Amino acid sequence: MSATPTLWSITRRSLAKDLRLEWRSKDAINSMLFFALLVVVIFSFGFDPTAEESRRIAGGLLWVAVLFATVVALNQTWTRELRNQVLDAYRLSPAPPQALFLSKTIANYLFVAILEMLMVPLFVVFYNLRSVGPVWQLLVVAALATWALVVNGTFFAALSIRTRSREIMLPLILFPISIPALLAMVDATTSILTGDNSPYFWMRLLAVYDVVFTAVSLLLFEPVLNAE
Amino acid sequence: MKKLYQALSVLTALLLLYGFCQAWYIAPTEATMGNVQRIFYYHLPSAWVAFLLFFVNFLASVWYLVRRTDGADALALASAEVGVSFCTIVLLTGPIWARPIWGIWWTWDARLTSTLVLWLIYVSYLVLRHYATGGQVPVLAAALGIFGFVDVPIVYMAIRWFRTQHPQPVIGGGQGSGLDHTMWVAVLWNLAAFAMLALMFVWARYRQALAEHALEEAHIAGYDEARGEAR
Repeated sequence: MSATPTLWSITRRSLAKDLRLEWRSKDAINSMLFFALLVVVIFSFGFDPTAEESRRIAGGLLWVAVLFATVVALNQTWTRELRNQVLDAYRLSPAPPQALFLSKTIANYLFVAILEMLMVPLFVVFYNLRSVGPVWQLLVVAALATWALVVNGTFFAALSIRTRSREIMLPLILFPISIPALLAMVDATTSILTGDNSPYFWMRLLAVYDVVFTAVSLLLFEPVLNAE
Repeated sequence: MKKLYQALSVLTALLLLYGFCQAWYIAPTEATMGNVQRIFYYHLPSAWVAFLLFFVNFLASVWYLVRRTDGADALALASAEVGVSFCTIVLLTGPIWARPIWGIWWTWDARLTSTLVLWLIYVSYLVLRHYATGGQVPVLAAALGIFGFVDVPIVYMAIRWFRTQHPQPVIGGGQGSGLDHTMWVAVLWNLAAFAMLALMFVWARYRQALAEHALEEAHIAGYDEARGEAR
């Protein structure tokens, strides 16, 4: 180990620990994946779209499925740290709280990104999707949108872990705040899939949302972690 | 303090009464909408007061995180609760007006949608306060209060773009442009009355939250004392 641990080195170590735990247990990925699969199947019972229609609704369906699945994974992020008072130990250590937050956020980002990579082919198969707009734009939207969901979600999971009935608390506080991000990701995806409108406004909005809420989360994480 | 509160309560009641007279008897009947338009004198003041209270909530939340005073937390709680109540009035009076004028109760128009989202955000704030336990409530609530307020401009931008892109079934809803002088007078009197009403509610709730907190502390102190004697 290097002599003076920096924010980044602590983040990296904490992230490596989270990834190793996930690699061995596969708790988050498995539950998320199965949950998302169920949502996709149930949606396809609810709607029976033609190729043209599915282009218009797939953006909404996809992101709603991802959102629900993300909540499933986020709920497990911090509960893991409650066992054996790991979180209390972290609070006592001189390590910067932002490192903990960043590592958790990046870990969740990777989990959700993997989930999306597995889910998008399913959507293409089940809904007969073919994008009219360029696919690289979809990748940019996915990268920005996933960060928007995960950065807020990780923060609010840390909030809701302190409450009674924490599992239900997370969506109750995450969904209202995320409404503009959801609107942006759904509309950007739909614009690209149908090729009707330009998605650039929505992509910019997502980028602004990401920057603003990453900053606010990093700023407010310390008081939340140390709240008595 | 109590005398002042009572005096201001009486003043508020008089203002509300006068505002009522202004809205129902003095302001002229609107040419096309008729008497239904009079709900506007309650709708607009409630909206302004609600938005103001959400701003107060934001300031109190920041203040709490900086200084950690009980007063800031009590003010944040009081302003959020009263703000949600006034925002509820806005969301209820809107559809009552819209039904006869637009022919529909609700439309996903920019202003309606952003007010609804604002309401949802602050209801979730109150839900968090209700479910969180112990001394950490103020910190968690203050964090969410700041998140909520930072979200407001983004919500507004997103929804405006969302609505201007799509064709609208109903256009407008803004009466602000061509308001008659007497109508303005009625609006302003009611705004003063509603602002006073909100102030009285916030004040009462603020004092109550502080008293609640003091009572809790006294319980803990009493418990510690009793335990000390038992030893």
